[in-house]
Amino acid sequence: MNKILIVGATSAIAQAVARQLAELEKDTAQFILVGRNVDRLESIGTDLSERFGCVATSVVANLDALDDIDALIQRCWDTYGGVDIALIAHGDLPDQAKCENDWAEFSRVYNVNALSYMAVMHALALRMEKVRQGTIAAIGSVAGDRGRKSNYAYGSAKGAVAIFCQGLRNRLFSKGVHVLTVKPGFVDTPMTAAFDKSGPLWATPDVVAKSIVKGIVSKKNTIYTPGFWWLIMTVITNIPEMIFKRLSL
Amino acid sequence: MKTWSWGNIPVAEHRLLPLTWSDSAPDFSRAEGPFLAYGYGRSYGDVPVNDGGALLQTSSLNRVLSFDRDSGVLHCEAGTSLQDILSFCVPAGWFLPVTPGTQFVSLGGAVANDVHGKNHHCAGTFGCHVLGFDLVRSNGETMWCSLTENKPLFAATIGGLGLTGLILTVKLQLKKIVSNLVDVENIPFANLAQGLDLFKQYNASTYSVAWIDCIAGGSALGRGIFSYGEHSERRSITTPANRQVSVPFNFPSFALNKYSVRAFNEVYYKKGCMGTPGIQQSYYEPFFYPLDKLLKWNRIYGKKGFYQYQCVVPFGDNDEGAAAIEKMLTLISHSGNASFLAVLKVFGDKQSPGILSFPMKGITLALDFSNRGARTLALFSELDKIVINNGGRVYPAKDARMSADAFSRFFPQWQEFEQYIDDQFSSSFWRRVTEGLK
Repeated sequence: MNKILIVGATSAIAQAVARQLAELEKDTAQFILVGRNVDRLESIGTDLSERFGCVATSVVANLDALDDIDALIQRCWDTYGGVDIALIAHGDLPDQAKCENDWAEFSRVYNVNALSYMAVMHALALRMEKVRQGTIAAIGSVAGDRGRKSNYAYGSAKGAVAIFCQGLRNRLFSKGVHVLTVKPGFVDTPMTAAFDKSGPLWATPDVVAKSIVKGIVSKKNTIYTPGFWWLIMTVITNIPEMIFKRLSL
Repeated sequence: MKTWSWGNIPVAEHRLLPLTWSDSAPDFSRAEGPFLAYGYGRSYGDVPVNDGGALLQTSSLNRVLSFDRDSGVLHCEAGTSLQDILSFCVPAGWFLPVTPGTQFVSLGGAVANDVHGKNHHCAGTFGCHVLGFDLVRSNGETMWCSLTENKPLFAATIGGLGLTGLILTVKLQLKKIVSNLVDVENIPFANLAQGLDLFKQYNASTYSVAWIDCIAGGSALGRGIFSYGEHSERRSITTPANRQVSVPFNFPSFALNKYSVRAFNEVYYKKGCMGTPGIQQSYYEPFFYPLDKLLKWNRIYGKKGFYQYQCVVPFGDNDEGAAAIEKMLTLISHSGNASFLAVLKVFGDKQSPGILSFPMKGITLALDFSNRGARTLALFSELDKIVINNGGRVYPAKDARMSADAFSRFFPQWQEFEQYIDDQFSSSFWRRVTEGLK
C-alpha cells in the first residue's frame, strides 16, 4: 500500500490525506503528485519527505485534455512501477448562475468535475485489474445525491462520478480492486473561500482526510464525511419530488 | 458575535484573507488594509486583532521546507503550529528550544510575540533560537532576516507583534533530546519567600515554574507548588492516546466566583502537598501543556471573557522585586477577583535579539481574571503602578487594557521600534497603546 497517486494534489483535502497516509507508511511511502502548478506540487512533496522521510515525484498535467489522460496515468504508473492507492481530488466549484447562462462554462465544469475523473479512473482500472490489486478513492460530494437549483451543475457532475464509481466497483470487485466513493459535506478549503463558514456543518480538511484514510484502510464503499451527512442526505433524498421541486434548499 | 483572541475580549470586525500558498500573499497595493497576520488566535487580548482592517490567515501555511535530522535545523512556513512541529520532531529526537504553555500557536506568532517558557532562565526567549525568517513587506519585497542579514528588521520583528510585515517562513534551531519523557518533581511551598528560594535552589534545572494560590492571604500569601524538570534519559514511551476534551459551551458568569475558585485552589494545593515526593517521569505533553488537554478552556470564563495579567519586575538590589510581587499578591488576594491560573517564574538574564521583547531578568507573575468590568480594570491600574515603580513591564501578548502612558513606561524603546513598522500593517493593540503618544 505504499505507492500513492494523488490527482489534484494541491487541493486542501488531498494535502491532508497525503500527510496522513505518509504518517501511516512513514519512509516506505512513494507519492506521485499530479497538479497544474509545479512549485506548489514541489512544496507539498518536500513537506512529505522532510516530515516523514518518504519520497515524492511531481507530475505537472492539465486534466482538461481528456485524450492525454491515459498517457498521463501510464507515466504515473511507470514512476514507481504501479499504483497501490489512487486519490482523485481535483475540482472546481462553479458559479451556478454562470453555468445557466453560458453553455461553454457548463461544459467546462463537466469536463473538470466529471469526465476527467472518469478518464483517470478508466485508465487506472485497466491497469489495476491486470495486477489484481489497488484502491481508487474518488471525491464526490453530498451535492451529487440530489439535484437542486442552487448547484445542479456541480451536483450532477459529482452525481455522475458517484454512479460511475458504483459501476466500476461492481466491475472490479472480483478483480480485487477497491473503489471508494467519498462524499464530503461543507469543507473549509480555498474552494469554498467565498462562503460564510460559521455554523456547525463546516468541517476541516483534516477531519475529512481522517475518514478518507479510514475508508481506504477498511475498504469502505461509500462514505459521507463528516458522518452526520449520511443522515441529512437520507432525509433529503427521501423527500418526494412533488414537494422537493417547490423547495429552495 | 465573533471574538478573535483567547480572552474573548474584544469584539471586532475583520476582512479575512486566507493565505494558502507562500506565493499567495495579497497584492498590498490593491487590497485594503491595514493588515495583520493571524494564526490560531491564542494571544489573549487585542494583539491579534485588527478591528476594521484585514487579517492574513496563516494556518494553511504549514509546510515543512527542510528538516535536518543531524543538526536539528528546521525551516517551516510560519503558520505551522508548535503541536504539528512536535508531532514529527519528537520521534526524531528533537524538541522546541523554547515553548510557551500551549502548543496551539503558530511559529510566526511565537516569533512575533517572542514567547518564553519554563526554561527562560537558561535558554532565553523563542527569538534567541531563530536562525532567520522570510518577511514580506507591503511593497511586495520578501526579505530574509537573520543576525547577519537585514539585522535591524530581524531585531524589530522578534517580539514585533506582527507589525513589521508578514512572517512567511521561520528557520529554527531545535534542541536534542533522547526521550519523550521529562523527569519532574513537584515541591509545595508555604509562602512567596519559600517559593522564590526554590527558584534559586533549582536554578541549574532546565525547566522551572510555580503555580500559586492567589486567594490564600495572611501568612499563606503566595503559597503554591514549585515544579522543575529535565528532559529524561529514559527510553521513550509510545505516544499516549490523545484524550482531549472540549469545553462545550460558555459557562454562565456565576460559575466562577470567590468560593468555587477558593475551593479549587485549596484542593489543588492539598493534592500537590500529598503527591509522591521525589522525581517522577511524565510524558512531555502534560508537563509543558497541562491545559491543552482541555480544549476551549477559555469558555469557562463565560461570554464576558477574561483578562490575563502578566508582568515582570527586576529583582532589585535589596529584593525590591520580591516585595513588589508580595504587594501585588496582597492586592489581588483582597480583591477576591483572582482565579485558579496563577503562575510564578524567575526569568534569567539572557538577552533576546528582539527590540520590543517582554522578558527581562527578574520575577514574572501571570494570572487570569474574570471580566468584571471597571472593578477588574481598576485593580490592573493599581498593579501597573507597582510594575512601573519597579521598572518592570506588562506582556502585550496577554494584554487588552494597558494605557498608552503605561505602555510607554514599560517599553520606552517603542520609539526606536516604530521606524521598522510596515506602514500598511497595524493592530488594535498598537493603535490603542500609541494613541496620543505620537
